Amino acid sequence: MSVVLDRPATAAPGAESGARRRRIAIRPGAWLTWGALAFFFLNLLGVIGTVLLNSFGRSWFRSWLPGGWTTHWYSDAWTEFSLGQVLGTTVEVTFLVVLISLVLAVPASYALARRAFPGRKLLLGLFVLPILVPPIAYGIPLATVLYKFHLAGSVTGVVLANLVPSIPFVVFTMTPFIEQIDPRIEAAARMCGAGTRTVLTRILVPLLLPGMLAAGILVLVRTFGMFELTFLTSGPTSQTLIVTLFSAVNSAGIRSTQSIDAMAVIYTGTMAVLLLIALRFVNPTQLVARSSD
Amino acid sequence: MTVALPPTAHRPALRHRLAERGVDRTLLLVLPGALAVVALFCYPFLYGLQLSFQPTSGATQGGFSFGAYHAFFSEPFARKSIWQTFSLAVPASLINVGVSVPISYRMRRDFRGKRLLLALLVVPITLGTVLTAEGILEFYGPAGWFNHTLNLLGLASSPVQLTMNYTGVLLSLIISGFPFAYLLTHSYLSGIHPSLEKAASTLGADWWQRFRHITFPLLLPGLMTTFCLSFVMAFAVFPSAMMVGDPDGKTHVISIEAYEAALEHFDYAQGCADAMIMTVLMLVVIVAVTTLRSRLYSGSTGGKG
Repeated sequence: MSVVLDRPATAAPGAESGARRRRIAIRPGAWLTWGALAFFFLNLLGVIGTVLLNSFGRSWFRSWLPGGWTTHWYSDAWTEFSLGQVLGTTVEVTFLVVLISLVLAVPASYALARRAFPGRKLLLGLFVLPILVPPIAYGIPLATVLYKFHLAGSVTGVVLANLVPSIPFVVFTMTPFIEQIDPRIEAAARMCGAGTRTVLTRILVPLLLPGMLAAGILVLVRTFGMFELTFLTSGPTSQTLIVTLFSAVNSAGIRSTQSIDAMAVIYTGTMAVLLLIALRFVNPTQLVARSSD
Repeated sequence: MTVALPPTAHRPALRHRLAERGVDRTLLLVLPGALAVVALFCYPFLYGLQLSFQPTSGATQGGFSFGAYHAFFSEPFARKSIWQTFSLAVPASLINVGVSVPISYRMRRDFRGKRLLLALLVVPITLGTVLTAEGILEFYGPAGWFNHTLNLLGLASSPVQLTMNYTGVLLSLIISGFPFAYLLTHSYLSGIHPSLEKAASTLGADWWQRFRHITFPLLLPGLMTTFCLSFVMAFAVFPSAMMVGDPDGKTHVISIEAYEAALEHFDYAQGCADAMIMTVLMLVVIVAVTTLRSRLYSGSTGGKG
């Protein structure tokens, strides 16, 4: 690392951080990377900020800020898009998906973590595929099948569709988690006379709970934001918030952009709350990949 | 005697032999999850595959036909969607991965506020494409802040058209894809032990030599995986191509083509065929990158640094 070049390797940590701060001031490369990040965040802030301001603005045309402030777009959006019902469906779908995927996938990850059996790779391949193939590509055949069984358009259909990426996701979050639980703990419990039931309720579940919580929250966040599958399989009564948002934007012209933005802010706000909860339990890199530590 | 022995000796032996290879009752736990994936993923996929080979309603011969595929490739508008998808997905994932490398290389060590920065980067991922698209429409739109700023700085006299075209979709792919690529690159980079670079620097390597000959080769397999995942995300671009793009023209990507066939024209066979073409194209790219990746170094990187 460049610190070694700049000063003796024996420097105290405090001095090292001082050196780093100075280096940022003089290196053009550092400026460039920080500048690129700052530019990215500025744009991101603009993207979110515009939506937020517009939802509170009276009217906004060619000026920097909206002409006046109001909150009536929120009540408009609430009635216009029947958000109460939509939010109810969203919560119902998300919690069902979290619950079912945990129930189905945690035992599977236990077996995958504890046993090396022939065909394990094949099974892992089976679980990788739904993550790898884009939702649109398997969503269309899935929607076709759900229409065949008259499940599309109902909450059941939406939940079933959302299970497809969620189950593998839980498997891949939970398997490394279970791998790091020492199997000798279970063996010791059995040796002390615990039956399978006792091992399960007194040993495994308490140990697995943090991992299940993390996996559950990640699935919650993902399902809440999952657009494609819900869009392909939902009907008028089973839309989640994000699908309603998309439909409102795509059929724009009749609707005021402000009330659409109000709905978008409600969506973002809910997502932000979920995210804050999630970040208390998981590392940010875990949201995109299985953690490397 | 020798014939009578095996049945008694065989039964426990088989169970034990299986248990030795890891096959016992614990494996039954895999069944619910695996069956659910088979029923909800494999079965629909195979059903769609079968459906896509069914003759179209016009043709009378039963059984098997390439009609839907022929229809896709013979219509220029549909055929062009492949090119349009690639021309969006490849630059987007290259930019995302390419920019992630220098930034995460510079930020690989701990500093104050790093956790906050990582947390902020998660925001666009969770915003989702729909909300990002809505924001892009207003922020980069002709009357948005971005054009205002350009105007103020004297960089453009008339508003630059950044939405409802190729640029809009590319922007949305970068805004939602860059944090994803960055976080992955970051986690790969932090898996390379700093002592490797330190060793190189004691041998007199400057930062470029250290990066070129030590860090980069160790990071490359991870970068390829990141590229694959970014590409998969960008390849399936759908809501933003509809909302900030020009879905009937320049950003008529293959997912829109498939969606329109299946759920607007209710031609499920055609929709499934399009979805299969999409999957095959994506798998071809993934297999190509993975093959390249397998020729690279794939050993220990010194653990978490």
